[in-house]
Amino acid sequence: MPDTAIAEAPAKAATGGNILQVRNLEAWYGESHILHGINFDVNAGEVVTLLGRNGAGKTTTLKSIMGIIGKRTGSVKFNTQEIIRATSDKIARMGIAFCPEERGIFSSLDVRENLMLPPVVREGGLPLDQIFDLFPNLKERLNSQGTKLSGGEQQMLAIARILRTGASFLMLDEPTEGLAPVIIQQIGHTIARLKKEGFTILLVEQNFRFASTVADRYYVVEHGKIIDGFSNAELAANMDKLHTYLGV
Amino acid sequence: MQALYAQLLVGLINGSFYALLSLGLAVIFGMLNIINFAHGAVYMMGAFVAYFLLNLGGINYWWALLLAPIIVGIFGMILERTMLQWLTGLDHLYGLLLTFGIALIVQGVFQNYFGSSGLPYAIPDQLRGGMNLGFMFLPVYRGWVVVFSLVVCLATWFLIEKTQLGAYLRAATENPTLVRAFGINVPRMITLTYGLGVGLAALAGVLSAPINQVRPLMGADLIIVVFAVVVIGGMGSIMGSIITGFALGVIEGLTKYFYPEASNTVVFVLMVLVLLVKPTGLTGRAA
Repeated sequence: MPDTAIAEAPAKAATGGNILQVRNLEAWYGESHILHGINFDVNAGEVVTLLGRNGAGKTTTLKSIMGIIGKRTGSVKFNTQEIIRATSDKIARMGIAFCPEERGIFSSLDVRENLMLPPVVREGGLPLDQIFDLFPNLKERLNSQGTKLSGGEQQMLAIARILRTGASFLMLDEPTEGLAPVIIQQIGHTIARLKKEGFTILLVEQNFRFASTVADRYYVVEHGKIIDGFSNAELAANMDKLHTYLGV
Repeated sequence: MQALYAQLLVGLINGSFYALLSLGLAVIFGMLNIINFAHGAVYMMGAFVAYFLLNLGGINYWWALLLAPIIVGIFGMILERTMLQWLTGLDHLYGLLLTFGIALIVQGVFQNYFGSSGLPYAIPDQLRGGMNLGFMFLPVYRGWVVVFSLVVCLATWFLIEKTQLGAYLRAATENPTLVRAFGINVPRMITLTYGLGVGLAALAGVLSAPINQVRPLMGADLIIVVFAVVVIGGMGSIMGSIITGFALGVIEGLTKYFYPEASNTVVFVLMVLVLLVKPTGLTGRAA
């Protein structure tokens, strides 16, 4: 199947309108050419997961959409608006929020300051009481130094702080990495609840067992390209292929 | 005993200038990762702007306290936008060399037009005279410099440590890319931070003008000691710069009383000792 066909085929099955359209996205770290023409779509209200091995280009895809990779070409349209040349602060203000793999908790800020750091970019962000309802641990640790939290709490803080901003499109980079199963379950519940609240989520995961509990659709990334795409209903039928792709 | 108190006061005044200058250096280093060797030159420019405002525009000391930091701060922001921003991500050495070159050019230009001798700048009428405290005579202007510097230093500390803007600054010091991805215009914030640091130096220059006269090399004489202060306090530490600035001023003053021969070197001896025992400075954190 040609790349663009992979991008469009499963997306057409989804119900919401197209919110993100990525076409022929290429990206470089210095001289290293990382993305070689990524194509995919995300519809409003969906949870879409990018799967792939280490170094396949999943994180670089998120960073390229967010505008934090120095050199990138192709087309990224958010709500039909071209953002490939926009700076990351402008992209954030359009309603895209990014939760990085390393969580990005600031050690010089306490939990409250970390939580309140991202500015509100539009109306509709979750109020603090709703955030504490989702992540009760954070309320008890508001005055602690951000990096003194456990890994799970840091991940919750990293997700919580972007929910305040009013961004409707969330990009979560490996939110379960290095976390205990009970915390992974809690993150899964949170993502499911956010989906119900109307958030659109682009998830990067290596743990497709976790992804299968929350995702509507999947794209498989390999060597900086999307090589396959299918919906959650097609997951069982694609299991063998997926094992080959991910080397598990 | 009077001589001891007098030296303590001199120490506190020097400490005020050290604190204001090292605070600006710490703010700039924290945010831009640049060792700003042009800091002495902008301190001198602050004093000269006050001098020009008074002699060319008839604008008095009080307005100069406000206008000189703004004018020199704008000069600093232009420097940052046109030159320093291109050094992002490069080794510290590039920033150090560039700002050292800028300092030499600025000082050279002023020296060319105004020579090396000092230009007088009168103490404002409201701050003339002195007070007899019983144990010593306190010139009002010197008391004002100490108190005003302390207030400015604490206000800057409050701004950086206790406000949302300060949280942006601290976060951007750690991870500017992520802070920008949250929707904050980090390049603009960097420019304003450089302007703030330079403005603090210019403010110190205005405060210094009535005490030390206005001289093209007034900053060059001071900046080496201020760098020692910053190293002792810990590069990038706000409160460390303030406390160390005042403390070293006092230590220097006391040395002038007890062992004058060592007064010019005591700060550097302390710097060596601190570097040997705690290379990140008294309040600095390891990178």
